[in-house]
Amino acid sequence: MQSLSELVEQAEAEISGASDLGELDAVRIKYLGKKGELTSRLKGLSEVPAAERPAAGQEINKAKNAVQASLNARRDALQSSALAEKLLSDAVDVSLPGRGVGRGGRHPVARASIRIEKIFCNAGFGVRTGPEIEDDFHNFTALNIPENHPARAMHDTFYFPGGNLLRTHTSPVQIRSMLEEGVPIRIIAPGRVYRCDSDQTHTPMFHQVEGLVIDRGISFANLKAVLHQFVENYFERKAKLRFRASYFPFTEPSAEVDVEWEEGKWLEILGCGMVHPNVLINAGIDPEEYTGYAFGIGIERLAMLRYGVKDLRTFFENDLRFLRQFN
Amino acid sequence: MKFSEKWLREWVNPSLDSEELIHRLTMIGHEVDAVEAYGEGLDGVVVAEVLAVKKHPDADRLSVCQVSTGDGEALEVVCGAPNVRQGMKSPFAPAGTTLPNGVKLRRSKIRGVVSNGMLCSAIEIGLGDESDGIVDLHADAPVGQALSEYLNLPDRSLDLDLTPNRGDCFSVMGIARDVSAMTSTPMAGPQIVPIKATIQDEHPVDLVLPEGCPRFAARVIRNIDLSARSPVWLIERLRRSGLREIHPVVDITNYVMLELGQPLHAYDCQLLNGPIRPRLAKKGERLTLLDEKEVELLPNTLVITDDSGPIGMAGIMGGLSTAVTTNTTDVFFEAAFWPPEFMAGRARQYGMHTDASLRFERGVDPDLQVRAIERATSLLISISGGQAGPLVDHRSDKHLPKNAPLELRKTRLARVLGTEIASDRVSQILTDLGLKTRENKSGWEVEIPSYRFDIDVEDALVEEVARIFGYDEIPETTAISETPLATANESKIDLELVANALVARDYQEVITYSFIDEETNTLVNGKKSALVLSNPISSEMSVMRSSIWPGLIAAASANTARQQERVRLFEIGKTFHGPVNAPQEVVRVAGIAVGDIVQEQWGRPSQAIDFFDIKADLVSILSMAGCESDYEFLPGEHPVLQPGQVASIFREKEFLGVIGKLHPSIAKKLNLDKGALLFELDAEKTFTTDVPVAKTISKYPTIRRDIAVVVNDGVTVAALQEAVESAASDLVTSVRVFDVYRGPGIEPGLKSVALGLILQETSRTLTDDDADAVMAAVIRKLEQQFAAVLRDKN
Repeated sequence: MQSLSELVEQAEAEISGASDLGELDAVRIKYLGKKGELTSRLKGLSEVPAAERPAAGQEINKAKNAVQASLNARRDALQSSALAEKLLSDAVDVSLPGRGVGRGGRHPVARASIRIEKIFCNAGFGVRTGPEIEDDFHNFTALNIPENHPARAMHDTFYFPGGNLLRTHTSPVQIRSMLEEGVPIRIIAPGRVYRCDSDQTHTPMFHQVEGLVIDRGISFANLKAVLHQFVENYFERKAKLRFRASYFPFTEPSAEVDVEWEEGKWLEILGCGMVHPNVLINAGIDPEEYTGYAFGIGIERLAMLRYGVKDLRTFFENDLRFLRQFN
Repeated sequence: MKFSEKWLREWVNPSLDSEELIHRLTMIGHEVDAVEAYGEGLDGVVVAEVLAVKKHPDADRLSVCQVSTGDGEALEVVCGAPNVRQGMKSPFAPAGTTLPNGVKLRRSKIRGVVSNGMLCSAIEIGLGDESDGIVDLHADAPVGQALSEYLNLPDRSLDLDLTPNRGDCFSVMGIARDVSAMTSTPMAGPQIVPIKATIQDEHPVDLVLPEGCPRFAARVIRNIDLSARSPVWLIERLRRSGLREIHPVVDITNYVMLELGQPLHAYDCQLLNGPIRPRLAKKGERLTLLDEKEVELLPNTLVITDDSGPIGMAGIMGGLSTAVTTNTTDVFFEAAFWPPEFMAGRARQYGMHTDASLRFERGVDPDLQVRAIERATSLLISISGGQAGPLVDHRSDKHLPKNAPLELRKTRLARVLGTEIASDRVSQILTDLGLKTRENKSGWEVEIPSYRFDIDVEDALVEEVARIFGYDEIPETTAISETPLATANESKIDLELVANALVARDYQEVITYSFIDEETNTLVNGKKSALVLSNPISSEMSVMRSSIWPGLIAAASANTARQQERVRLFEIGKTFHGPVNAPQEVVRVAGIAVGDIVQEQWGRPSQAIDFFDIKADLVSILSMAGCESDYEFLPGEHPVLQPGQVASIFREKEFLGVIGKLHPSIAKKLNLDKGALLFELDAEKTFTTDVPVAKTISKYPTIRRDIAVVVNDGVTVAALQEAVESAASDLVTSVRVFDVYRGPGIEPGLKSVALGLILQETSRTLTDDDADAVMAAVIRKLEQQFAAVLRDKN
């Protein structure tokens, strides 16, 4: 019969030779199972003289523990290498694209409009809207453009039978807001406007944002300041502006504003002025007590400058290849 | 308004170069649209006379000319122009000259004949962009004189974009007045002296409609000779102002109009029949105009008549029957004031637009007529001879407009501009503008001259001062105003959030036109719209859209045609409804999806989008305003959607919108072969919600009970759910559909629907008995209402 130490040695050799958990279990059964070699030796203690029995039992238990410890260590080792192997086989190409639905985008005109609104809203302006099918009073008469006024001919108005029209500018919202809310007032009004004109630089529908501030002591100097701040914040850079004398029936004085785009190259970006006293009177406001300014910005114009769009018409062609550039 | 800079400088000559002048004009409100240079780089080019012309021996199209430049021998010059003739005077560039186009002329042989220079066309010397040969100068052009001296070159023509209030600036004089004011340079300009009558002839004028014609200055001039051309300086000025030479009478009326701003008309005096009567046209009257077009006159149009009827359209265009020709010997000049309110839009209604109508519509100085006639008379007599009759100024003073004096208060000026301008500076600006002013303690009393009819309120004077002072000189001051806080309406969902939610589900925003073609609109809306434009750009854009779909469908179709196989678009915008006199505008959110559910990707088979994919997209935005169970999707009908795949969407019985599949026959027509799914919602109705009220969350566990029932295929899941909810007690917190099955094991015409009920109590743990009672009630209800048969019970 092998000595106990030889048996342990043999067991340990078999343990370290086990290449998977199944082989390892077979080794366990061979030595520690019900009929295992070490188990048999324990059973065989009855044959050992009583005086030697405690010492022999102790020896066998020691050997059993040693084998069990080796089994455990080997099992842990085999388990962790099996896991490592499984993880290795589960590795993925992390550069493959993610699956699922993609993402769309906003229209560049909406994108510009949202920024414009944000800049003014941060300064306490409220946003108002008004109807796109307007009447003569709000689009013209109340804005100091009476019938037969030469400015009417320049507006290229779309009409409906009966005299209603598509608003030619967002300025009617001035009138509606003043009549509804009174003064002081500080609003912007973005939206669609329409002119009967279609060529390379005109589309029959486009977007404007109107601005109106009426309060005691509002001046042209305030208008200059707010527009300068607006332009610099919109373009996120320092900008040189020039205010040119111009004419709008509903403002006096009136100005057009150019921004110096490149050295010596001025681009017109908006029209503005001090609200004409007749407009205030038409809205039930005393022009002796209140003064105010108004401005109108072409949103497409600002979007074109901001995003380098060369052709106005592309905004309304809705070509996905164009639109996706702004996502 | 296009004019010659040299001409302007004759009236006012500030010490500004061209560039500065253009910049300053732009800044005071006269935007310079275009600048054209004339006759630059003409050193060496002289007036020459062609002494003799003979054919080139070796070339059919060339001539050999003897050309005199006044000194020395005649030079031999080869010329290819068809119009060269003996005795002609023309610009000549001798050998050694560099032409404006950079070509340096050399003495050279042309087909064997030596040419000592070149006779020049207008193009070659930068005087125009058309030519039919060499320039035919006047017979009196001094031979040998430098061409630039003779033609007063170089010059520039400036084209100003005048604002509609400044009718007074439609003339060299008008612009000169503003330049004078902006530079404090005194005005010069030609002296206009009254011409004494040498004959007593007058032609009668009867102001029968003084409100329509309050002033009509007139003069007869007899025995003129129109065979001579207008002088070169006059023709050159016209040309640089965009007008062509016709004959002296027309040239002069054009010249005076450009110079002073008063449109004139000249009649052949011998062709007039009886007194001139300006009046409104009568219905049915016809008139043949100078351009030989016959028009039927409208009763809102002022006409000039004589006993024969209308002979001219007042302030727009004269008639052919009394037109001046080169055979005319006696002319009758008219310089009238036609009030803007009688002129506005009149030319346009005949499809016309003339230099005269433009000026009268914007307003002409009502005190300019006599001066204009005097100026025209002196020019005509100096060019064509003749004897002038007396100038007769027919007028009705009470119908002539008068400008009321205005007060400009110092306080108002400072308040509107937000800055103080020194009083003497203001006084000077007002005076420079030609406004008579008297300064008093509070400000200035200002008389407004007849030509500044645009200055009609105090703030117009504020603008005048600011304009000349310079807008750029006004400081920027941030206004300090108290802005009360505004409410943030929580029950109204910001449509920006809706847009962003759609973007997150892979929809691209588009903006399509609000007007579309009538046929499509009628098709989509199921009825004709009353909102048809009177003057559309085209029939494709003639009626206001009643739905966003036509625009979206067209955009999707255009994109698929551009090889975009998967297209998902949305738009938020208005649709227009109702009668034309009381239109309704409704903001809608609409979307379209074409192609696969997701873009082509690895590891997942591609699958075409169907009703339920777009429904999920729609529900994702509806969920912003309520939970899914708040909405009812009821089978519906729609003219452009496929029957059986259309739902009307309701919340609390309120109709919100429609979802469905584009009818395959329409889809095919639009090359959307793969089909398209659409939705459209009323944004205002849909995107309102209640402010949440929190409930206590139960800490007791839930019980789930599942049942599967077999019902008729026509029973909607929504109806089943509703029945379950109504039968179940408050213990049921939610009902889920987890399977719908048709096929083996289920008879045709029936379907099996599997429902999961979640039960919970807030105060105790539920028992199986509780759940059994609820399920029994539910099953009873389904059996009664739908003859449902329990298929399975877990």
